[in-house]
Amino acid sequence: MSAAMRRLAAMLATVLALTIGLSPLAAMAVDDPSEMLPDPRQEARAQAIGSQLRCLVCQNESIEDSSAGLARDLRHVVRAHVAKGESDRQIMDWMVGRYGNFIRLSPPLTTGTILLWLMPVLALLVGGLVAFLSFRRARGTGPAPLSDDERARLTDLT
Amino acid sequence: MSGDASRPDLARRRLLMAAPLVVAGGAGVAFWRMLSGMQQGSFDPHDIQAPALNRPVPDFTLPDQLPGQGFGAADLRALKVPVLVNFFASWCIPCVAEMPQLNALKARLPIWGIAYKDKPADALGFVRRAGNPYARIASDLSGMTAIDWGVSGVPESFLIGPGGVIRWHSAAALDEATVHQALLPLAASLRT
Repeated sequence: MSAAMRRLAAMLATVLALTIGLSPLAAMAVDDPSEMLPDPRQEARAQAIGSQLRCLVCQNESIEDSSAGLARDLRHVVRAHVAKGESDRQIMDWMVGRYGNFIRLSPPLTTGTILLWLMPVLALLVGGLVAFLSFRRARGTGPAPLSDDERARLTDLT
Repeated sequence: MSGDASRPDLARRRLLMAAPLVVAGGAGVAFWRMLSGMQQGSFDPHDIQAPALNRPVPDFTLPDQLPGQGFGAADLRALKVPVLVNFFASWCIPCVAEMPQLNALKARLPIWGIAYKDKPADALGFVRRAGNPYARIASDLSGMTAIDWGVSGVPESFLIGPGGVIRWHSAAALDEATVHQALLPLAASLRT
């Protein structure tokens, strides 16, 4: 391996390591380190809750990922509630009470979302049934056994 | 294989072949209804359902925003007539576009404004420029009251019925059709 190639490989490895190592940090839009809670465990909890909450402005981003003003305010609210010692459930209920289930990035199991939640199981069942039926049919209609003529030709050939 | 023996098999096969067509047809009808609903405006996947609807206004007290007088939940709960609460900001372009509509509306329905995350001087300048449609104006500088109301962005309007109950909500700038077809008839029904 030449020196240039070795340098290139080292550079690629560094970029890869940085991408993998830093991506969870880079994904967080905490605009200002002073937003973060001093206790790393509480901050981690706040981030976990925030990543489950939809930013109502950008709609497909979580409030942890968004730089919108409302997302920043909601991050602040989540941290204030975490610091007060509220449970994840209490904080989620607070948010849903104001913005409805739409703020939850994973919808709860209700009559309106039951098909959504059962779809993987249904797809697996239907797929399994189709596979079962086609396998059974394939086994049933295998090639016909060799006739005497064919068997004679086969012994001639081998 | 004789014709008689294959007939039930054939019928079953036809049925099996029809099944995917029926499923695709059903899905097609469902999608068509969803898309036509989106075109007519009766279905909006981005719509934020306000859980505040038919609930009393949340607790709050907000300071004055010049040139008006501030208000709180107690003022809204003491009302005997419907009012429209409108969240606005000087930095919000749709709010500028909404102002003529609000100014035309104020004679028929009292409007109380809440300046959302706006510097008091900026909000004052905005109201002076646009013409003041607000009977009272409060200042929500932190935006925390707006969050309690479930506001996701300005402008946003809430129709408050007697007793301070939220009866109607619009997360977009009011237009003439919304005002005349939805807002004013509902406000009239709340007056009786």
